[in-house]
Amino acid sequence: MNSKIGEVIESTSTGFLAEAYELYNLPAFGSLVKVVEPLVEIYGVVCQAGTASIEPGRRPIARGKDEASEEAIYRSSPQLIRLLRSEFSVLIVGYARDAKIYQYLPSKPVRIHAFVHQCSADELKRFSQTFDFLNLLLAANVQVPLEELMAAVLREMSQVQDDPRAFLVLAGKSLTSLLGGDYQRLRTILGRLRS
Amino acid sequence: MTEVDKALGIVVSGSVEKGVDIRLDTQASVEDMVVGRYVTIEGAKRRFFGMITDISLGVTDEAIMQTPPDVSNSFTSEVLAGTATYGTLHVLPMLTIGGDTASIIEGPQPVKTVPSHFSRVSLASEQDMELVFGKEDAQRFWIGNPLDMETRLCLNLEELVKRSNGIFGKSGTGKTFLTRLLLIGILQKSKAVNLIFDMHNEYGWEGSSEGGSRKVKALKQLFAEKVAVFTLDEENSKRRGVSTDFTVRIGFDEIDPEDIALLRQTLNLTEPATEAVYQLRRRFGKDWMQKTLDLSDSEETRNLLLQMNIHESTFGNLRRGLVTIRRLPFIVPHAPVDAVKSILEYLDRGINVVLEFGRHRDITAYVLVANMLARRIYDSYQKKMEASMAGNVAPPTPLVITIEEAHKFLNRDVANYTIFGNIAREMRKYNVTLLVIDQRPSAIDEEVMSQLGTKITCLLDNEKDVDSVLAGVSGKNELKTVLSRLAPKQQAMIFGHAVLMPVSFQVREWGSQESYKEFTHGTHSKQQAEKDIKELFD
Repeated sequence: MNSKIGEVIESTSTGFLAEAYELYNLPAFGSLVKVVEPLVEIYGVVCQAGTASIEPGRRPIARGKDEASEEAIYRSSPQLIRLLRSEFSVLIVGYARDAKIYQYLPSKPVRIHAFVHQCSADELKRFSQTFDFLNLLLAANVQVPLEELMAAVLREMSQVQDDPRAFLVLAGKSLTSLLGGDYQRLRTILGRLRS
Repeated sequence: MTEVDKALGIVVSGSVEKGVDIRLDTQASVEDMVVGRYVTIEGAKRRFFGMITDISLGVTDEAIMQTPPDVSNSFTSEVLAGTATYGTLHVLPMLTIGGDTASIIEGPQPVKTVPSHFSRVSLASEQDMELVFGKEDAQRFWIGNPLDMETRLCLNLEELVKRSNGIFGKSGTGKTFLTRLLLIGILQKSKAVNLIFDMHNEYGWEGSSEGGSRKVKALKQLFAEKVAVFTLDEENSKRRGVSTDFTVRIGFDEIDPEDIALLRQTLNLTEPATEAVYQLRRRFGKDWMQKTLDLSDSEETRNLLLQMNIHESTFGNLRRGLVTIRRLPFIVPHAPVDAVKSILEYLDRGINVVLEFGRHRDITAYVLVANMLARRIYDSYQKKMEASMAGNVAPPTPLVITIEEAHKFLNRDVANYTIFGNIAREMRKYNVTLLVIDQRPSAIDEEVMSQLGTKITCLLDNEKDVDSVLAGVSGKNELKTVLSRLAPKQQAMIFGHAVLMPVSFQVREWGSQESYKEFTHGTHSKQQAEKDIKELFD
């Protein structure tokens, strides 16, 4: 199984930060990832990703003035790959224990250096059978617009369904009851869901 | 439909007085709902039957109405349907059945409470409806199907004819069809006999369906043995190929002052002129009408009028009225055979009588004849009933008198004088009831209206008429909505004594050969029925 994409480097009850093993090899925004622990598998959605210098004080400088292409920059300065790193933040949306999925926060945060795996289509399908996790997303304190994140998560999930549209309608209905008094926000999300 | 399809939603609020509100489930579309349909509500301890009286749309957030979603893509509206936007049913609970054995045996009872919060609501099943309206049997007669249902709505006619009833509806809504159906029912399934004052010649022999495209058969053709057709206009009946049993002639001496009083409006008589009739009757006795008409314009007459204190112009007014009556072809100085006597003979033998008016369709003839005959039949019934109370003889066969244009007999001004007012009010005790057919129920005296046991009404669209028909019914305002939404044809609403709760229904089909077969089935021996049908259609 080569779904391992990164490793946890920062962890809290609601989410964790992971470093990708390969530069730029980041999971898609809104996609489902998991951390496998001895008793539980913790699921989360990617809510933020980015690439920066390893050392916070040393910012990269522009190098491509005399190069023909972007690849040429990396070819002429191979050390760059070591000096930069890609990271992604994950928002925990549930966990599985004994093959049963619970869509609320696990009792303990994930451990540092735990491996982060990209979930397979089957896992994604299994996880998206209920929509209780939407509440966790709504309550999240993230830097990206929440509407974008919600829409991205649901779009990702819809792609593995037998009937993507029906799935989105159902998800939309759950969202509607959660966002009862906030029609404008609902509209924004729904606008990003429809094909 | 499966059970799941029938689930509609849950109760979210309500009161006994105003009915309950039901929030529709997402999968139930408001467009499938119809006012007038029946639902069952599964309360925690009892089941309720109710009628959908209103359907409305709701939103959880006012903002949706201010900025509606883009309808070119159905996604958003599909998502919102049932969640942020939803349908609401307003249901008027009418009957309830308790959960324990005793209440099940007792059957449906009127509602005295409301179902608790979140009780499940579903469309009433065929079994539920059967529980309320019964099955077709020896006394119950199938008159139609509740709207959008297969169940047969059956009326207990034995019960129905114990009181006076009314059929209302504006012109062209199928009153005649409905009446014909009900008459057949009474003929088949109750012990009562009918006397029908058939103003438009529709009940005895064939009439035309609305639009005149096809002929529909009537009583005499289907139940020749049990129906006699009397006619006032033999020539007309013959021309229409009707086999009549009796030609009615009415003698001057059979007309009483009360009959003239009733005709006051149609004959355009003044108040003193009607008063004068009574004086003339006292003076001349039984032959008053002939004698009054014979009075010549002489000094002698003037003296006579002076004696009786009748003004000359009053007399002129009265005379003109009497001449109008005399002009009616079936009025003769002396009737050869007593029509009332023969009608009573037929009725006693259990044979239904249809009195055709032929070409004499003007209201003067109708009011005069109907009132006169009914009055004398009333007298006879009263006597027989009193005799039977004394224990000497069996009570007379229950009689149902059908009158059309009932407001002419039962309006506020004359209801107290006419025999029909009397029958409606008290004749139940003497085994005579009325079947009142009218298109202007608001013109009928309120007291009479309130005495009608069961009312069947087709579409009415005049506010006053609707009010008068529904007067005193619980949930009147809700029923109004239902009543005004009836289809203009073949749909009706029934409420009152004979049914446990108001119900709107599709009137049973009438006019095809199959329908005739269904009706005739069971009344004769099978062979007789087959023979009748063969004769009819050969």
